Amino acid sequence: MSLFAAQDLAVNFGGIRAVDGVSFEVEAGQVFTIIGPNGAGKTTIFNLISRIYDPSQGRLLLRGEEITGVPPHEIARRGIARTFQNIELFEHATVLQNLLLGRHAHARPHFASELLFLPGVRVRERANREAVEKVIDFLDLQAHRDSLVVNLPYGVRKVVEMGRALCTEPVLLLLDEPSSGLSVEETEDMAFWIQDIRTLLGITVLMVEHDMSLVGAVSDRVLALNYGRAVACGTCEEVQAHPDVIKAYLGG
Amino acid sequence: MRFPFKTGYDHDLGLFRDPVQRRWYAALLVGTLILPALVPDYVGDISLVFIYGLCGLSLMVLAGYTGLVSLGHAAFLGIGAYAHVYFVQDLGLPWVAGVLLAALITAGAGTLVGLPALRMTGVYLTIATLAFALIIQEVFTRWDTVTHGLKGRPVDKPVIFGISFANDLAFYFLCLAVLIAGLWLTANLLRAPTGRAWVAIRDSEIAAQSMGVHLARYKTLAFAYSAALMGAAGALFAHKIGFLAPDIFSVLLSIQFLLMVVVGGLGSLHGALYGAVFVAMLPVLISQARDQVPQWAGQAVGVFGKDAGSAAFLALDRFVKQPGLEPGIFGLILVLFILFEPLGIYGRWRKVQLYFSTFPLYKRATFRRQKTYMRSERLR
Repeated sequence: MSLFAAQDLAVNFGGIRAVDGVSFEVEAGQVFTIIGPNGAGKTTIFNLISRIYDPSQGRLLLRGEEITGVPPHEIARRGIARTFQNIELFEHATVLQNLLLGRHAHARPHFASELLFLPGVRVRERANREAVEKVIDFLDLQAHRDSLVVNLPYGVRKVVEMGRALCTEPVLLLLDEPSSGLSVEETEDMAFWIQDIRTLLGITVLMVEHDMSLVGAVSDRVLALNYGRAVACGTCEEVQAHPDVIKAYLGG
Repeated sequence: MRFPFKTGYDHDLGLFRDPVQRRWYAALLVGTLILPALVPDYVGDISLVFIYGLCGLSLMVLAGYTGLVSLGHAAFLGIGAYAHVYFVQDLGLPWVAGVLLAALITAGAGTLVGLPALRMTGVYLTIATLAFALIIQEVFTRWDTVTHGLKGRPVDKPVIFGISFANDLAFYFLCLAVLIAGLWLTANLLRAPTGRAWVAIRDSEIAAQSMGVHLARYKTLAFAYSAALMGAAGALFAHKIGFLAPDIFSVLLSIQFLLMVVVGGLGSLHGALYGAVFVAMLPVLISQARDQVPQWAGQAVGVFGKDAGSAAFLALDRFVKQPGLEPGIFGLILVLFILFEPLGIYGRWRKVQLYFSTFPLYKRATFRRQKTYMRSERLR
């Protein structure tokens, strides 16, 4: 059984069918990449998985369990974390606070004890901090721990956002264009991190990406989309050589 | 520059950054304790600062930390005030029970207002809270049995556990104690997951949701907590003004509360208090200036001749006695702050601190690009 599966997924925005009957399966431990020209529906699929949009048809399965009807704030607790194409960090908070929020998925509300800051809150906060520090060490963010996100350069923000997703202890990590806006060297670092996330942390990665050098370096399987439909699926070389994919990008 | 030396995770969990900061706050506490001895004439005004401080705290949680701007907070203050007076004077409940029940009832009202807030953002939410405030003011006017309608109702001096807080000095310390309690509770929430979830909602709802924050729960919670603080402030406010009438809890008061958090600096508890000092003391300053400025001007111009002096005095005197001068000045200050110091008095204070801590190295350009607005200000 695959870790994650989308079956016959479709969504309509008015008259536009942004995603049109897409099916794919992600095996545990894979890096699965979705590519496609602008407007192909890649980010829409991500938004469907994180339940920001309701699919018009189709099902989403995580470890065989259906998550199509799960409310959006439940998704993180089920083990799916994501990053965003245009970085959605909490800008007026420190890196540490951003990462700590990643721990929120597993916290149960304790309003009364937090109001009085009872010892239990302190114990939980320490545990959260320890988990966060592991991610900080993993991503080499020590130097930025106490800086506000507004003051950080774009490349670091990208890493912080990935760190925040890792703090939720996901089984499936959704990366929406991890290399967009990064320099060549930062993109190379990103490739190493994605490989480390898979091999060292054992997290399955589903990503949307345009940079084919990064896609080729890390992906086990690639799905190409065009106009909301799956065009080709296979290894990076297979998909790149597929005539329909070439047609989708170059026209003809 | 000073970098705090941290030796454990508990360092970041404490209320204060380091022992130095703790000593500063202790000094501030001592200062507020001996303040009445230094300025005995202003004890009443300063207790109003403390009450406004609670109001500022309340709106800071909502607007500054959760990013939900409300123009209806005077209504919560009113609900708290009337509920407290009703429970204590009509039902004869103890004072503390009155305050707690008032806070509970306003929290309930806050929850009710918070529910539509889940579907509305930005300026639409602000308009909804404004509408709520107008409706509540009408309720105050009509609900004779509790509020005594337009006749208004006098408020007795507080008596807690048999101890009377009738004199100004005792009331000063009562307000101070409630303010410190409010600050402590709020600071606790803000360093715990709840506070982080609020900040997350302010800065990016979509990311907060994807990280597992239940938007509906935390937005409603912010409204309820903010309203509860306002309810407690309302109880003190009722004793402070000594007479409740519906027209006190007008939209203008709500605007003053909003002014307080914006001028003080959104997104910091310090800001709420700076704003409270500002809003509570400005009318005092204006009324003093009203008496003094024409005289000074008259004397200054009087150098050029007696007639010119008295003419200047009369002209200025007529100008400062105009009604509407005070709201005008408030509005002008709000506009100036939004233009030149979006982070408020607290932001300015941080810059002054940085100037001294980096003394010879400070550059004007350090803050050039930092004129950022928080999302609650941008009203997405």
